[in-house]
Amino acid sequence: MTGKVNKREILVEQNDEYIINMGPQHPSTHGVLRFELSLKGETVQRVVPHCGYIHRGIEKMCEANTYRQIIHLTDRMDYLSAHMNNEALSLCVEKALEIEIPQRAKIIRTILAELSRIGSHQLWWAAFGMDMGALTTFFYGMRDREMILDIFEETCGSRLLHSYICPGGLMHDVHPDFVPRIKEFITYFRNKLPEYDRLLSGNVIFTTRSKGIGKLSYEQAINYGVTGPSGRGSGFSCDVRIHQPYSAYDLVEVNEQLRTEGDVYSRYMLRIDEMWESMRIIEQLIELLPEDGFTAKMKPVLKLPAGSYYQRVETARGELGIYLISDNEKSPARLKFRSPNFSNLFVMDLLSKGHKIADLVAISGSLDLVIPDIDR
Amino acid sequence: MYDFSQLTQAIHLFLVQHLNSSSVAIVELVLVGLLFLTMYAILGLTLVYMERKVCAFIQNRLGPNRVGPLGLLQTVADLIKLLFKELLMVKKADKFLFNLAPFIVVIASMMTIGALPFAKGFQAIDLNIGLFYIISITSLGVLGILLAGWSSNSKYSLLGALRSGAQIISYELSVSLSLLSIIMFTGSMQLSVIVESQANGWWIFKGHIPVFISFLIFLIASTAETNRGPFDIAEAESELTAGFHTEYSGIKFAFFFLAEYMNMFLSAALAATVFLGGWMPFHVSGFEGLNQVMDFIPPIVWFFGKTFTLIYVIMLFKWTFPRLRVDQLLTLEWKYLLPINLVNTIVIAFVVVMGWYF
Repeated sequence: MTGKVNKREILVEQNDEYIINMGPQHPSTHGVLRFELSLKGETVQRVVPHCGYIHRGIEKMCEANTYRQIIHLTDRMDYLSAHMNNEALSLCVEKALEIEIPQRAKIIRTILAELSRIGSHQLWWAAFGMDMGALTTFFYGMRDREMILDIFEETCGSRLLHSYICPGGLMHDVHPDFVPRIKEFITYFRNKLPEYDRLLSGNVIFTTRSKGIGKLSYEQAINYGVTGPSGRGSGFSCDVRIHQPYSAYDLVEVNEQLRTEGDVYSRYMLRIDEMWESMRIIEQLIELLPEDGFTAKMKPVLKLPAGSYYQRVETARGELGIYLISDNEKSPARLKFRSPNFSNLFVMDLLSKGHKIADLVAISGSLDLVIPDIDR
Repeated sequence: MYDFSQLTQAIHLFLVQHLNSSSVAIVELVLVGLLFLTMYAILGLTLVYMERKVCAFIQNRLGPNRVGPLGLLQTVADLIKLLFKELLMVKKADKFLFNLAPFIVVIASMMTIGALPFAKGFQAIDLNIGLFYIISITSLGVLGILLAGWSSNSKYSLLGALRSGAQIISYELSVSLSLLSIIMFTGSMQLSVIVESQANGWWIFKGHIPVFISFLIFLIASTAETNRGPFDIAEAESELTAGFHTEYSGIKFAFFFLAEYMNMFLSAALAATVFLGGWMPFHVSGFEGLNQVMDFIPPIVWFFGKTFTLIYVIMLFKWTFPRLRVDQLLTLEWKYLLPINLVNTIVIAFVVVMGWYF
């Protein structure tokens, strides 16, 4: 097959427009993403996202590694939902091998996933405030996230790239302090979360800047495949935890958070609501935690029966799908990640057309993009 | 008590005895220039240090605490670092204007400081149009910002400069109108006269609610005029990386930085002088005991006490509020502050004519 390079359509200098490259080094793209903006004065006419600056070929690398090694690669995609990524692959492998894992492992997986959801939303809140120009939010968010990271550090020895959930259950059992520390965190954060509202949500400058900005309708959300909090902010009921419960989500009561406005403010408030909801889920799960059994008995070498398998989980940013084709080898023949951020990114053009540059920053912040997950 | 004019008079007489008249003028000019430049530098360093400590206090941090006692030398260390940094030049930038811009900004902020009455007799030049002079010189600063944005050959800088131009020209109106209210009360633009007129009570107490409204509008508008958060759309870090000074490095960047802090000081000092009595102590007519105790505190302490309290308030704005969008910023000025201010000015004119103030 021969490649063909098409000459790109030149967007510049039509109707008094000019181009600004926002990124790859720019404070508000949160990483190495580049937006090619076509501007008329301050008004955004077109946004062309350019991704690939942090492409590492994770999908291809997976084809050369065993299933236990791939776990470490999934961490590096959406690094703020590392537990969920690990869980997705583990669930996929377990589904293929038809293994039932112990109840305790299931519940611990779910608790960790919900904790990382809270942590991820805290970091998002911190960075979103920075995007809006409220610099103090960053330190408030980071302060509270520290407690979650401490729990992770004690549980699996690492703060960001955990690689703790593996096919068959968990790498090892949790620290004895696991449950008391989570209880301590929940009582602490119940008191601290209203501070977030006092600092940012209720602020009149913030509400005028976020209400009615970047409207994503219900149909558009479905058409573009926008999932996670960004999709649910438009009323698109897409929570995998409810529609296709995995791990321990069928044991507890999970309320899907939905808002219908579809603007920056509703996406913002939805994440705040999700933090409350995650705390409720963790509290229910802690009551159900059995005494022992953190892993099922697994073979030393994992060979998946030939065939294709699909597993999806709800990460902090939306639906992560793993499509795995196996030909009965030690490593997969093909592994495809359907990453939530990649789909969420491409509504940028739709949402920010006709808004100001400042709104573009707010919109990209409200979609909560993690760049390594877009490029993989 | 605490009159600086006695000290300056003594120095003047001493010089006159030993030198001829033209040498006296030169020596005095050099002395005053040195004194004010030193004060400018010290105030700049203090304000940067204060900003970092206040911001750290709000953000649950400690702030600078390693260099020197309580981190006091941190800003000095930063200044030395900036002095030794390479001055980068953008390709195809307009070299002359690029180099000129930071000096315009810093000179505009420097020129105003001489007209401020720091204490009785502690004022470099007491112009009879003092307020007018300060307002006109502060508007010069925007010229430097526009030049910086234009000459940098960068779209981010240009956007920042244009935003800054629109912003400062708009808010200039509110600043001048709110100062006009006090000019109507005193009938003079001379800053020493304005301060003297508040010997029995500051204008914010004497002028009832209309002056209080003027004061609030002045505080908001002058915060906007100094390009500080929540009105810092000209540098808007998350949108334009650093706005008009994106392409500047080293000491030229430091000049912009310093000018911003000195403009903040100037706004606070002007608000303190015009509305809160400047170096005048707090007096309540009828309570002689209290008045004497208040007189015992030196005027310079009163002046800097009021100014730094207002600076603290302006800093609180920056570290708690999100940034406004450019159109919202202009809406705030043209649709809210300016009409309120115009009505307020008419009300004050009425109050002055009828003599309904203390």
